[in-house]
Amino acid sequence: MTEYLLILVSTILVNNFVLVQFLGLCPFMGVSNKLETAIGMGAATTFVLTLASVCSYLVYNYLLVPFDLTYLKTISFIMVIAVVVGFTELAIRKTSPLLYRVLGIFLPLITTNCAVLGVALLNIKRENSFVESILYGFGAAVGFSLVMVLFAAMRERIAVADVPNPFKGSAIAMVTAGLMSLAFLGFTGLVSI
Amino acid sequence: MSTIIIAVVVLSVLALVFGALLGFASVRFKVEGNPIVDQINDVLPQTQCGQCGYPGCKPYAEAISGGEKINKCPPGGEGTIQSLADLLGVEPEPLDAEHGAEKAVPTVAYIREDECIGCTKCIQACPVDAILGAAKQMHTVIVDECTGCDLCVEPCPVDCIDMIPVGVDRNSWYWQAPKTGAALIATDRQPSASTLAAEEHV
Repeated sequence: MTEYLLILVSTILVNNFVLVQFLGLCPFMGVSNKLETAIGMGAATTFVLTLASVCSYLVYNYLLVPFDLTYLKTISFIMVIAVVVGFTELAIRKTSPLLYRVLGIFLPLITTNCAVLGVALLNIKRENSFVESILYGFGAAVGFSLVMVLFAAMRERIAVADVPNPFKGSAIAMVTAGLMSLAFLGFTGLVSI
Repeated sequence: MSTIIIAVVVLSVLALVFGALLGFASVRFKVEGNPIVDQINDVLPQTQCGQCGYPGCKPYAEAISGGEKINKCPPGGEGTIQSLADLLGVEPEPLDAEHGAEKAVPTVAYIREDECIGCTKCIQACPVDAILGAAKQMHTVIVDECTGCDLCVEPCPVDCIDMIPVGVDRNSWYWQAPKTGAALIATDRQPSASTLAAEEHV
């Protein structure tokens, strides 16, 4: 049990995918202009990442390992992620129009989110078990959402702040992201697994 | 050699299963839109002006399909009411004056640019994003996008927006939309002299 908790804390804070491992930076910079869209993106990513890490675990252990094809893991995972995202989009559209309105436009964006592929590959590298894979994916996604929401909230304030001309726009956002990254590095040593 | 074949077969099977899954999902989870709403929406003038009391043409189309009156669209005027009546099989009614009057000529917004103070209020009011500008910068109207809905006139604090009639010249002339109601089906049309001659030829 403690081990599972440690995985969550580790992925959310210590080894945060965005600010410490620098994965999934494109949505982090691109969709963080408004708090509302950041929350939508975070929720959609949480959903897809958890599901994708489960599916890629199954494909890897029950298809690639028995046939001795582990060198094909990257291309298979890309396929798995694309299918999971596509299927999820279709299913949500039918079953819950409300959820589709919140997550709909973000789902196709996630296909190309490198954090999703990163989690699938890291699960293999760390030799995680099934439950650990789920938690690892879920924790990574929660960490991603947390950082997205924090960053979007800051950017909303920066938008109305008196920023010197040369720093306006993306420049100040990059500086902010760098400072956040430094802050998250402070979690190093909180837990070690 | 056999390693390569196994790899190709396994990946192909995986891709086939995934393809079948997505194909199944797209059939199983097919979302049927409400066809009548789309048809009504096609008839409405797409000014998105909100004079009917709904936030745009599509919401009004949905409301009409739910039993709302068809005479609340001033930009469309009598023509739209007639088309809606034909489409829905109800009696046409005169335009509801409560929502505004039909304009005799199409108009387009014009901002007197030297008077504009750059408050962006008209930009926020514009339903079709036809006004270009930024805070404390002069604004201007993209004439091609403007639907002439008058919504920007009211919020302007310095009254620098005029609605001027659109004159027809070589650049703005276009084929009139076909008259709705009658003669929309090919067999309803009167055969023209040239087609008659062609038929006799055959």
